[in-house]
Amino acid sequence: MQTATQAIDNGVNVTALLGAREALAQAPEAARFTWRAHCDWVMGTHSRVAVEAFHGLGETQQHRQRFTFDVDHPAVFAAEDHGPTPVEYVLVGLAGCLTAGIAAVAQHRGIQLRSIRASVEGSMDIQGILGMDPEVRNGFDDIRVVYEIDADASRAEIEALVAQSQKRSAVYDLLTNPTHVMVSVK
Amino acid sequence: MIPGRPRPLHRPARAVTALVIGAGHAGLAMGHHLAQRGIDHVILERGEVANAWRRERWDSLRLLTPNWQCRLPGQPYPGPDPEGFMGMPALIALLEGYARRLASPIHTGTRVTAVRAMDGGYRVETDRGTWHCRALVIATGATQLPVVPALAEALPPWIESLTPLAYRHPSQLPPGGVLVVGAAATGVQLADELQRSGRQVTLAVGEHLRLPRRYRGRDIQWWLEQAGLLDQRFDEVEDIARARRAPSPQLVGGPSPRDLDLNALSERGVRLVGRLAGLSGTRLQFAGSLAMHCSAADLKLARLLDNLDAWALAHGWHDALPAPERPAPTRLPARPRLGLDLAAGEIKTVLWATGFRPDFSWLQVPVFDARGRLRHHGGVVEHAPGLYAMGLPFLRRRKSGAIHGADDDARELADHLAARLAGASTGGRAPRRPEAALPAP
Repeated sequence: MQTATQAIDNGVNVTALLGAREALAQAPEAARFTWRAHCDWVMGTHSRVAVEAFHGLGETQQHRQRFTFDVDHPAVFAAEDHGPTPVEYVLVGLAGCLTAGIAAVAQHRGIQLRSIRASVEGSMDIQGILGMDPEVRNGFDDIRVVYEIDADASRAEIEALVAQSQKRSAVYDLLTNPTHVMVSVK
Repeated sequence: MIPGRPRPLHRPARAVTALVIGAGHAGLAMGHHLAQRGIDHVILERGEVANAWRRERWDSLRLLTPNWQCRLPGQPYPGPDPEGFMGMPALIALLEGYARRLASPIHTGTRVTAVRAMDGGYRVETDRGTWHCRALVIATGATQLPVVPALAEALPPWIESLTPLAYRHPSQLPPGGVLVVGAAATGVQLADELQRSGRQVTLAVGEHLRLPRRYRGRDIQWWLEQAGLLDQRFDEVEDIARARRAPSPQLVGGPSPRDLDLNALSERGVRLVGRLAGLSGTRLQFAGSLAMHCSAADLKLARLLDNLDAWALAHGWHDALPAPERPAPTRLPARPRLGLDLAAGEIKTVLWATGFRPDFSWLQVPVFDARGRLRHHGGVVEHAPGLYAMGLPFLRRRKSGAIHGADDDARELADHLAARLAGASTGGRAPRRPEAALPAP
């Protein structure tokens, strides 16, 4: 059994997260968050989406700054490629979410990370979005994430980090479970 | 009393020091320990001794624990087959015999309709009169009500929908495919039985606990007991709320020991899909998380076996046992189905093996949290002096939900109860605390 304690630092404030868990157990309504994005069409398939404010802990919260994202399609879609495609942003979200989770879980479990790399692939048959075949779905039919993790831990411990991160990931949940979506016109 | 006539309605309440509700293994174990301490008590039972085991279980069910482990306070397993697994008739006979030898008065056919706090104790209303008691032990069981997701209400009317409490045997179901929802012990056992009956079974799998029946030549329960895991206490685990929510392991008891994991079910032809996530019109939606849940269960099992091997090495068992082995990883379909249209006719029945919860609807005392769960500290109900619970998952130890788990819990709670009575009768002086980990009675 290891008795020496080393300072593990993955840059995650686990104490604050655990404190939040405790505080929210007393005030569950503060745990209701609403995330927001605002989109302006530019031209063609090019849009610009901004993210700045969200709601949580009972009040409106602000990001440190306003973030903007260009969304477009590449030349093979006869577009001008001003930015990643919407489905690529979904992969961005998944990779970011799972990787943040791995860092947090590793910190909580006392595992020092040196590097994490993930390759994320989503495959789809575009006959769906082109309306060519009603049997083909629009979205991804498969998503594959492959992690390469360098850490002071056994392979089994690393695999357990990756499993736990999936279990607590919002984006993983969004992609693997149905979500009620309502789109309306003002 | 004249047979066939109801008892008079206006009988005075009877008084007893301690009252136990439920004459299953937990209530009987408490009866034993109360009797040993000379505490005047009764056990009230809505039906007969071992009622739920008689009326609310399917025909083929056997205990998940081997016979040698089915110990009750003061009674080791008395039968000839220690390595076997009891079916319901054998278990009922065991509990009946135990109840007969017990000094506790047992009032069968007495259903508790309401419990209220009163000065110095509790008022227990039943369909056969009222009792007043100073201490009350709830031993009514953990699995009285099936937990069924709300979407069950929206199933198309031609689909037969039932819970394990109503299930007895395969021939009670219409011919055709069955969707079993849930892959804890109940789900995997019923999926196996229904697939063997010639029906195509689809099993919706969420978070689950994979366990081999035997490991290195011994029953897994031997390992868990010997290595001390079953004695792990509620105040020792990191997250007791999570430990109490854990699904029952994928185990089955039978005439010959066998594994009943997802690989065994796939080999038999059961189709695996992800957790049931939604119902849109007639289309069932399954989560895309099957691989994650299976991989998590495989990793957890590997960790457990690593720990058991380390224990065997440290305690001189290693050389006496066959070499360590590891089960094959869970095999998954390359593309698990994400949807299933009930209009297609492939599925005729949905069986909800989605868990159970206790029924405390008669308990008119404010002892519940926001989600309706009983608030208790190791079976000592919070903010309700003299009120105790038995037989709930991980009540005081990992083994609390099992037959053999009742002895230690009943002993400690009976000590607490006795100390409280002693304190109260000596003018409220601080009673002797039987155990540091218990809150002051």
